Amino acid sequence: MRAAPGPASRPGARPPCRAFLDDIGRRGCYPGRDKINSRMRPSRLSLTLGLVLLIGGLSAASLVIGPAPIAPVRAMTALVSDQGAATIVVRDIRLPRTLLALLIGWIFGLTGAGLQGLLRNPLADTAVFGAPQAAAFGAVLVIYSGLVGALSWMLPFAAILGALASVALVVAVAGRRATVVVLVLSGLAVGSLAGAGTSLAISLSPNPFAVTEIVFWLLGSFEDRSMVHVWLAAPFIVAASGLVLASSNGLRALALGEETARSLGANVTRLRLLLVAGAAIGTGASVAVAGSIGFVGLVAPHLVRPFAGYDPARTLAPAGLAGAALLLAADCAVRLIPSQTEIKVGVLTAILGVPFFLWVIARRKAELSEMPA
Amino acid sequence: MTELQALGLSVDLGSRHALARIDLTLRPGRLTVIVGPNGAGKTTLMRALAGLLEPTGGQVILAGQPVARMEGAERARAIAYLPQGGSVAWPLPVFDVVALGRLPHGEKPDGLSSRGREAVAAAIRAVGLEDFTNRAATELSGGERARVLLARALATQAPLLLADEPVAALDPRHQLVVLDVLKRQARAGRTVAAVMHDLTLAARFADEIILLSQGRVAASGAPEAVLTEEGLAAHFGIQAHVSHDGGRLVVVADRPLPASGRRDT
Repeated sequence: MRAAPGPASRPGARPPCRAFLDDIGRRGCYPGRDKINSRMRPSRLSLTLGLVLLIGGLSAASLVIGPAPIAPVRAMTALVSDQGAATIVVRDIRLPRTLLALLIGWIFGLTGAGLQGLLRNPLADTAVFGAPQAAAFGAVLVIYSGLVGALSWMLPFAAILGALASVALVVAVAGRRATVVVLVLSGLAVGSLAGAGTSLAISLSPNPFAVTEIVFWLLGSFEDRSMVHVWLAAPFIVAASGLVLASSNGLRALALGEETARSLGANVTRLRLLLVAGAAIGTGASVAVAGSIGFVGLVAPHLVRPFAGYDPARTLAPAGLAGAALLLAADCAVRLIPSQTEIKVGVLTAILGVPFFLWVIARRKAELSEMPA
Repeated sequence: MTELQALGLSVDLGSRHALARIDLTLRPGRLTVIVGPNGAGKTTLMRALAGLLEPTGGQVILAGQPVARMEGAERARAIAYLPQGGSVAWPLPVFDVVALGRLPHGEKPDGLSSRGREAVAAAIRAVGLEDFTNRAATELSGGERARVLLARALATQAPLLLADEPVAALDPRHQLVVLDVLKRQARAGRTVAAVMHDLTLAARFADEIILLSQGRVAASGAPEAVLTEEGLAAHFGIQAHVSHDGGRLVVVADRPLPASGRRDT
């Protein structure tokens, strides 16, 4: 079957010759030099390298920045050798929040890019499904029902279940071929419902201290997190990354629509399952340890597309790295902004993320009005 | 042989019998055009033939093998399918869109084998888009985009090509360009089938026409045998004038017939 004549071997046609391909190469068409490099296909390698360097620099900064004045060199030494109090500060306070910011930023960027590819929509994010609110509700429910303390394996599971439930509900209500408007409205409704559930749990709480604690937790922060939090979230985030990255080939095909993707051999049902499960698990685990942090997943893919191109598969890993850099930068920033208590990182990402969201809508509203989700 | 056969093919969509015991054969080297009124089941038939729809009864056989039992990538290498009104979600360069046709061969747009590159280049040349390889597919006109998507289907180099309304919404020139490409593919030995609404164009390009009506094959054969004034009245519900202009069949639809005079709705 595969030996069937191709278009090039039709009678009278020029055979597929080097000359033609060379001609394409000379004109800079592919893998082009000038035009594509500047607009469509810049080097992804240099982007990745740049992001890795940026993350390295931000990580170092994150270990140095904080209320306890520790000089950069001392902070680095304290990380690898025992320097007394400095080591405790760096290893037990700053290292966990650095790792959490990296892990959570990574999975947010990755799932954001994956969901945007899946829904063929540049505004998609876990927040579109109301997943972060639902995850928070799941976690709050577990804490308030008194099942477990705030540091238990139950917590990520409850948050993941909440996230999965919200995604399932949105998909069930909006339908698979929903327009962006229907999807966003459904996600808004489900997110509001979960938010109302959380508010109800808080208002029924008999303990005012627990209320304060949970409210601050909901705002999203890496403050006072320990390595236990890192170990609580890391396995789920690694698993979620695997699920999302496994979808990359299907995502490429999906750029041409569901029907074409299936005709190209992609298993669209499996693809949807991988991405939705990956997004729910990643969001659930992240929210369980750091509270609600939004808009990283929405913003990160947009930041890398001018460099990585629009192929959804090629956006995944760079978007994850950009998300990690973004969230770590935000977490460094909240430590530098002078205020009485530390500003919550979730608040900062929302303050920066919402205008960006609006900007994307304003820029692309013409195409968005027609686009099926 | 890459003959595609439907044997007693039935598809139910919900409670509706979209296709009822269809028997047909698509032969290599021939361009078969499927015509029929809206709702006759043309798209359902194409999707079932492409293996994208599970038949309720009967089966589709490709080169002696049931399509339903073929694994995704294997089926994709054998059958290229061009859905109706396809779109490109992201501003991908034309070359990359066409190169997606190589996915069934395990090749990615940024990692094509030399054979894959040749297939993509040949497909781009076949539709005359050599000067567009750099352009973002979303910036193209409808006619250009249709050619890009056709090239994507060609790049797979599948022996079978199924196109659902490939010339709908195209200007006359692009209609001719696309149909010419399909015809050449057939002449090169491929099995090609396309759904169309323009009966004159269908008659001009088709080696064989299948008239689908109410989920059944109402007529099939040479264009002049299928496109008769009686047949068009019975199945399309139109009074049409069929003439032969210098050996070419021309169908002019005069007026719709009253609903009672039709077998189709």
